[in-house]
Order: sequence, then structure tokens, then C-alpha cells
Amino acid sequence: MNPAAAGRTSTGWGLVLPAGLWLAAFFAAPMALMLAVSLWSREKGQLVQSWDLDNYHRFFEKSYFLQGLINSLEITAAVTLISILLAYPLAWIIAERVPKRFQRLALILAILPFWTSYVVRSYSWLLVLGKAGVVNQFLLGLGLIAEPLDVAGTRGATIIGFVHFFVMLLTLTIYANLVQLPPNYRRAAADLGASRFQTFRHVILPLTLPGIMVGAFLTFVLCIGDYITPQILGGNNELVLPQVIMLQIGRRADFPMAAAIALILMAVVTLAYLATARWLRLERA
Amino acid sequence: MIRSLLAGVALVALTSTAQAEEELNALVWCDHADTGLLEPFESANNVKVNVREYEGTGVALALLEQSQPGDWDVFVIDGIDVGRVVDRGLLAELPRDQLPIDDIFPAVRMEEQNGRDGKLYAMTEKFGYNTIAYNKDKVDVADMTDAGTLFSDKYAGRMAIYDYYLPVMGMVQIAKGGKTADMTAADVEAMQPDLFKMKENSAGVLGVVAAQTALATGEVDIVVGGGEWLTAVLSEDKPELDWVIPEAGAVRWTQSIGVFADSEKQDLALKFVQYILSPEGQARLATSSCYWAMPANAAAGSVLSDEQKAALRWDQQNDYLANTQLYPAPDEELDLEMQDAWAEMLQH
Repeated sequence: MNPAAAGRTSTGWGLVLPAGLWLAAFFAAPMALMLAVSLWSREKGQLVQSWDLDNYHRFFEKSYFLQGLINSLEITAAVTLISILLAYPLAWIIAERVPKRFQRLALILAILPFWTSYVVRSYSWLLVLGKAGVVNQFLLGLGLIAEPLDVAGTRGATIIGFVHFFVMLLTLTIYANLVQLPPNYRRAAADLGASRFQTFRHVILPLTLPGIMVGAFLTFVLCIGDYITPQILGGNNELVLPQVIMLQIGRRADFPMAAAIALILMAVVTLAYLATARWLRLERA
Repeated sequence: MIRSLLAGVALVALTSTAQAEEELNALVWCDHADTGLLEPFESANNVKVNVREYEGTGVALALLEQSQPGDWDVFVIDGIDVGRVVDRGLLAELPRDQLPIDDIFPAVRMEEQNGRDGKLYAMTEKFGYNTIAYNKDKVDVADMTDAGTLFSDKYAGRMAIYDYYLPVMGMVQIAKGGKTADMTAADVEAMQPDLFKMKENSAGVLGVVAAQTALATGEVDIVVGGGEWLTAVLSEDKPELDWVIPEAGAVRWTQSIGVFADSEKQDLALKFVQYILSPEGQARLATSSCYWAMPANAAAGSVLSDEQKAALRWDQQNDYLANTQLYPAPDEELDLEMQDAWAEMLQH
């Protein structure tokens, strides 16, 4: 290797080193530690380095663990789907119907709820959805219901709280995609005789799928790992996986079991990433 | 120049104040976080009391495992669990002659729970009941004295369950005619359908504050596992909130206070324990903002007002004590069985 090439190589390694060290210290090492702890056990109040798969076996033996995973997947799927269905039209309206000079303002208004604390926002929804909340009072006032609806403390409340948050996120990613589309594409489709729906179905939607998928993946990851919203709005009436993890830590100090469940949750997220990444790559090709 | 000098003087003053003020770290239930309770002790001793609230002994033990020796000075814990932490060597022996043992109501002294081999490691500081709290404007009060109401459909969707497995499973055990002290794994398995039934009828399984809020705002009309600790603090604003011990009986809870064995501030920590157990400290603790309950020290009666004593039902304690049993005290294996059963209920 000539001296110039060697210099470039060492400069390259030098530039990569800080990021590599950062990843090693704050990602690889904690992951390895968590994997190791997940193979330990807790016996008579002490952590024992048993190096076995008992925690993983237990996860699939006890129905409440598995049910936690199922609940998490069901809620996350519903939230992701509903958020996309609501965010897409909103992003479309901002990108296509709102005059350019007002688009920034529209975006700020769309993400305004981000400015409040996540916990406060969840508790606010509890007040809105409660028996004496705004929704029930409104429906009772109109005479549409005779008794207050039980919304707070249900899966529905959890989904509403999540959707409120993630619609904002998806609106941003889809909007960013929409405004990058050259208007010529739509004109070309129209020139070729495509209807508005056909243009949307065959041109706009495929080209905005990366924005949808990025937003959907972020929604999936943040939603499936969230503890606060189900805890506050779900009324502890069913447990999602993060709540099950918290039970292991909070009530049992069973860090090995918590680590095992956290790794299972991470495996689910990794699968979601692989599916999304592969799909995105195909779209780009 | 003058401004700089003043700033310097202020900084020195602040620094010296900070240096003079000691800190005491206490692991406590939320009633000890009331500034009205802590402030008199802090002022008198020029100390800052840092409190970390928790619910449930398991949570406290998890926190302790994540802490370094010496991080904590004072521990407030369920009376029934004192033995568990003494066995782990977490608590320091307390000097009997420096504590008002004779003033503590005899029924809650619990020397067998608070001590080991004749040594005293904790003192009961507060007690009350996990029973049925309700809104008397919304329910048939006669139903509340019947333990069968726990499992009946009559109040479906109008009940909440206090999210602490020990007292609520203790209540189920009592409702089924059993004794909390005799609870076995077979009992736990047998009560699973009852827990499921309660869950089906409940609007939520809630912690202290959430349960209190739900009852106060009318989200629910009954809290299973509630008691004076839920309603007494609201007695002025919400006189319709009440509680009763069913004829079959209910669960009695006690809190104990002790000093961590590895605390580096043993004297200061003991002073805090003495303050909490003093008549004044007991009256403040009994009526602290998170939840009210009976003080363990009978001498607090001379400090509490008649209204406060009425809200605490001071004069009816003998009847209540006779018709309640202590929390179940499971060993580790049974404790895990109970927690599994509770988690199954939450997922039901």
C-alpha cells in the first residue's frame, strides 16, 4: 500500500473510531450484559449466575407473559394502522392544499401537542375520556347516550392516546416525502389519461411509501416499547410487554426475567425493522 | 464592582448554608412526602430530608438492590415485611429506651414482626385497614358489609381494585372464610376464579393515588382494598365517601419505621424515627396529604382535633382491630405464586 492510501485508511479509521467506541460502550456492551443477565436467575432474593434458558422457557410457559406480547402486538398494529390512515390525509392537505406560506404554520399547529409533556398529555386524555369527561358530558348533553361510556381504563383509551401522539409523527414523515415529489409526475399521469385516483394509487402512493414506512416503523418501535400510556389510560386492565417487564423489576426485583423479556421485545422490533428495511429497499429499487 | 461583591457574598452565604445542611435519605410510602410532616424536623435539625416514595415491599427491595450501601438512612415498610429485611441484615437495632414503646397501641406493637431474638429493629408508626371504600350516595350501604359483594355482578363496572396483591388476596382469603396467616399455594390457586370475577366487574386495578382519584371523581363507586387511607383525607370535601369492614372481616395493614444498618447517619436517622413516633409527628403523619390513617402512638390523640379523630374513627378501633387480620406473610415461594396469580388476574 502506498503511503497516501495508508494515510487515507488511517484517517478513515480515526474518523470512525469515536462512533465505534460510542456504539461499543453504549450499545454493544449493554446488550451483551443484558443477554448475560437474561441467562441468570433470581433465587432466595439473590441473583444467581445459572447460565440457562429458564427465563425464556418461563416466558412461553406463563400465559400472562405471552398475553403481554399479544396485547402489545395488537395495540401497536392498531395504532400504526389508524395513525397512517389519519396522518396521510393530514399531510396531504398540508402539502397540497395549504398555501406554501402557511405550510410551516400548519406543521407547527399539527405538532403543537408535542410541546406538552407526554405524561401530562396522557393524564389529560384520562380527563377527557373519563365518565365525567368532556366526551361523555357532550354525548350525554346531546342525549345520544343515557349512561356514561366506559372509555377510560380500556384498550380503546390506550389506542386513542397513542394515535394522538403518533399521528403527529407520521404527518411529519409523510409530509416530508410529499413535498419532495415533482409536480410533473402528476401532470404526466394526467396527460396519459390517469384519473386522480389512479394517479394517487399508481404514482403518489408508491412514491410516498418510504415516508409512510419510516413513520410506521418509528411508530411501531415507540409504541411497542411504551409503558406510560397503557399504564395511565389502560387502567391496568391488561398488560402490555413493557408493563410486564416493569412488574418483574418493580415487584420482584427479578432483573434476569426482565432482561429476557426485554430481549424478546427487542427481537420483535428487529423483525419489524428487517421487514421494513427490506421492503423499503425493494421500493427504492 | 458593588454588584460583583454582593453576588460573591450571596454565593458564599448560599454555599455555607448548603454545607451546614445535612441530608437524610428516606425510602417511604407517599404519606411521608408531605412537607407539613417533614418541615418541622428539617427546621429543628437543619437537615434536608430526601424522600423516595414507593408502593409495595418488592419495589423497595428492587430499589435497594440498585443502590449503594449507605445511600439510604430511614426505611418505612409494611409491618409484616420487617422480618424479611431484618433477615437480610438491612436494618439496625433500635434502642428501646429511646423510643415511646409504652405509648404504642398494644394491638399494633407487633414485637414479633418488628424484632428478632429480643432485639428491636423497627417500630409500628401507622395502621389502618384494607377493606371496602365506597360512595354512600351511589351504593346500597348494606351491600358493603357483605363480603360476597366483592364477587357479585351488582356493581359491575363501578368497582376498582387496589393494585396491591397482598391485601386484596388477603381480603379474598378472609371472604372465603380462611385466615391470612394460613394462606397456602392451594389457597392461591383456589382463589384465582374469584380474582378473575372481581377483575371482570372492575373498571380498573389502580394504585393509591389513582384509586383515590377514581373514587373522588366518580369514575368508580367502590374500591376493593380501600379504607380510611383512601377516604379520610377527603372527609371535608367528599363526606359521601366512606368505608366499612365487612362482617366477615378485612385486612389490617401496619407501617413500620426503622434505620438502615449501613446508614452513615445513625444518630440523625434515629432522631427522625423519634420525631415520627412523637405525638406531634404522629398526628402529622396520621393526617398527611397522601393518605390518612391511625397513628400507632396513642398519645397523638391529644394533638389531633376532634374532627380529625372522627374522620379516623378513633373511638371504634377496638371493634376494627377485633375483626381484621394482618396481611398475609408469604415466604418467597408463596410470594411468587401470589404475584403470578395477580399478574394472571391483571391479564384476565
